[in-house]
Amino acid sequence: MAYVAVKGGERAIDNAHAWLAEARRGDPAVAEIGVDQIEAQLGRAIDRVMAEGSLHDRGLAALAIKQAQGDLIEAAFLLRAYRTTLPRFAASAPLDTEAMQVRRRISAVFKDLPGGQVLGPTTDYTHRLLDFALAAEGIAPPRAPRADVTDETIPSVNAILAHEGLIERDAGSSGEEPADLTREPLAFPAGRDVRLQALARGDEGFLLALGYSTQRGWGGTHPFVGELRVGEVGVEIVPPELGFAIDIGDVSLTECQMVNQFAGSRSVKPQFTRGYGLVFGHAERKAMSMALVDRAMRAAELGEDATAPAQNIEFVLYHCDNIEATGFVEHLKLPHYVDFQSELETVRRMRADADAAAIREAAE
Amino acid sequence: MEHDTLLSARGLTLHFGATPALVDVDADLWPGEVLAVVGESGSGKSTLLNVLSGRLAPDAGVAWYRDPAGALHDIHAMPAPALRTLHRSDWGFVHQNPRENLRMAVTAGGNVGERLMARGSRHYGDIRAAAISWLEQVEIDADRVDDLPRTFSGGMLQRLQIARTLVTHPRLVFMDEPTGGLDVSVQARLLDLIRGLVRRLGIAAVLVTHDLAVARLLAHRIMVMQRGRVVESGLTDRVLDDPRHAYTQLLVSSVLGA
Amino acid sequence: MNVASGYNFAYLDEQTKRMIRRAILKAVAIPGHQVPFGSREMPLPYGWGTGGIQVTAAVLGRDDVLKVIDQGADDTTNAVSIRRFFARTAGVATTTHTAEATVIQTRHRIPETALRQDQIIVYQVPQPEPLSRLEPSREETRRMHALADYGLMHVKLYEDITRFGHVSISYDYPVMVDGRYLMAPSPIPAFDNPKMDRMAALQLFGAGREKRIYAVPPYTSVRSLDFDDHEFRASRAPHACLLCGATDSYLDEVVIDDQGGRMFVCSDTDHCEGRRDGT
Repeated sequence: MAYVAVKGGERAIDNAHAWLAEARRGDPAVAEIGVDQIEAQLGRAIDRVMAEGSLHDRGLAALAIKQAQGDLIEAAFLLRAYRTTLPRFAASAPLDTEAMQVRRRISAVFKDLPGGQVLGPTTDYTHRLLDFALAAEGIAPPRAPRADVTDETIPSVNAILAHEGLIERDAGSSGEEPADLTREPLAFPAGRDVRLQALARGDEGFLLALGYSTQRGWGGTHPFVGELRVGEVGVEIVPPELGFAIDIGDVSLTECQMVNQFAGSRSVKPQFTRGYGLVFGHAERKAMSMALVDRAMRAAELGEDATAPAQNIEFVLYHCDNIEATGFVEHLKLPHYVDFQSELETVRRMRADADAAAIREAAE
Repeated sequence: MEHDTLLSARGLTLHFGATPALVDVDADLWPGEVLAVVGESGSGKSTLLNVLSGRLAPDAGVAWYRDPAGALHDIHAMPAPALRTLHRSDWGFVHQNPRENLRMAVTAGGNVGERLMARGSRHYGDIRAAAISWLEQVEIDADRVDDLPRTFSGGMLQRLQIARTLVTHPRLVFMDEPTGGLDVSVQARLLDLIRGLVRRLGIAAVLVTHDLAVARLLAHRIMVMQRGRVVESGLTDRVLDDPRHAYTQLLVSSVLGA
Repeated sequence: MNVASGYNFAYLDEQTKRMIRRAILKAVAIPGHQVPFGSREMPLPYGWGTGGIQVTAAVLGRDDVLKVIDQGADDTTNAVSIRRFFARTAGVATTTHTAEATVIQTRHRIPETALRQDQIIVYQVPQPEPLSRLEPSREETRRMHALADYGLMHVKLYEDITRFGHVSISYDYPVMVDGRYLMAPSPIPAFDNPKMDRMAALQLFGAGREKRIYAVPPYTSVRSLDFDDHEFRASRAPHACLLCGATDSYLDEVVIDDQGGRMFVCSDTDHCEGRRDGT
């Protein structure tokens, strides 16, 4: 009877899990993929899972990707669920992205600038032609040319613009502990710290679409990429028992400083304003989208009309988290037959009422 | 006047940045009286309406409202719930654009009944009967009670907004250009209706308009505003027939000349 | 630490449970008011009961006996999954018998058997905001709750009666708690609403994705919204259960063939089995 299939019970779940494990492994005649291979060769997938999973750990991200059969949202979910169980030893000192060991750094607003344009390992100027040579295994790529590592810090484009007062100042630290969405629920009005955290964890596709919409006129901000940099930044903590900062390792980051036009207001002279993006790993699309949406959400603060979706803080923040979104969308698969039953009764009643009314009308 | 004012303001001042929107404005409104605030756009008359109704706070000055029990309330010091309660019972606000106030996806009856329900009415039949009675009072056919406002003409929408506002028998109604944006013939009918309702129900009103003809028809007294200041005020006929301030004279003559 | 799972008792760490208990206490103190809480990421997806699980984890003790139902039944897949989760991470006793349970986590139903003072029922809530379909902004709905400004909800009921002759909400039917707060009872059928009124058991509601907890303390008034002349009516399919013959329980409609054949059975499987066993 169909009834049994719906009320699956224990055995059905066990069987489903067994089948899933088999499907994950795939054809046993093909060598099993190693977590180390995923970590080494699917780096951009690792980066996305770390960013949306809110946990900087390449090894765990690789494991999550393997377990999720390459479903990156599912993998980010696995990382999140693991992350929430971890004890918190310390909060880091603010990261100094100016001291980043830069792998890539470009600016679209100056042809040349201190520190130079560093293309790095980019796909920007590749032709998107399927490279069938890659299908043949065992061919090592030619060695890329090397340059000496410099220790000099590369000044940010903002620092350059700030000399003339052309760009809004860095807000600086308020001294207050920044909010943490993973501990405290979202509340409105949401400060920029909360907004940036939500965006950094947010879904790349959602932010991409919103950022894109601002370019097409839905909350336009006339953006320029002031600077995009990718590289490693040291993380420091100050253990209370020591009282001074110690370096606990590096994280890979992509940072985007978007420079936007601003007409000025009664109290502020015309100047450039900023949108900011900072994401784990090498994730330029995400960092740029984040910077566009960050700036769009500042519309009200800057006295602009806030009418477009990307400018609606509540709309953006409540819908950018793909773990929340996927859970709620997919929960529609859960049984709803009690609710559906009550809807059935209501619709039947309404249809009966409508029929009765039609008969009455015909009789009149 | 003999009795106490319903609404009074002293020294209302408000700047938007460097722009003065209100400068030291005094105002008084007695029960059952219609006060017109006239001036060109940018004169501060809509700002005054928003400040008097508590929707905007002034930089300086006070405004009081006297409740039915005779107690005075500083409008800008009232707790939000009390102000909200006033706005949905004792007060009403008629917007120039009725779409700002109406729920376009709710039937005419639901629109009129909302304030009754917000006040605690829980009898469907009574709410519906009140809605129908109010539709008739604003000259909308009773059989439109279950229609959505989007099927209504501009003049009907404005009359529906008035019914929705008056259903709780407010003592004080704020009106922002209630006939703006309507055809002249529709305007005339609406003005007639408003005049009749206000007289019959003894409603006091603060009416913002740029149209001196509207003010003459509806208002007992007039305040003329220019660049945030009240330049002249007095009984309607006196101000319009014998304007003393140069700006008022200019306003009156430009209407006559047109 | 639970040896089998490597996780703390009932999965969540003690600090987190304490934070959730504080939210629960506040919720009990203000019946029907939604209390924001620091909802954690759980190993189950949002929308699958993460709020209910966190509330259950926070109130569960070692001696508790847990029952988990979904659509009224103990053997639906999600109920099985959640029951297993607690069996594994807390090692508590589980039961399918309503009368034996001290904590009952539910999705979409209230058991037919009346609950007692020594029981807690935990509802899984997908959308805690009863006004959400009428007003999407939470900033505005919070203001409406603060000012008890619920005219809009009654407009919705008025419109239903005008259009259909009766209120067309059949589940998650809004209620007033203790005459003050408008509350979403979670997507239980309207049939179950009257069971909430002055219930002897403590009723807790957890919404994980929306990060809200609310509560109805024992013996608190819960009124389904209605009009004096259109009173709330709890409706069910007009049939008797094919298995136990009950005519007063909520029924599932089961499709038995593709010719329009139907049968009706109790949605509360424990209640139905009890009636058949004569217990």
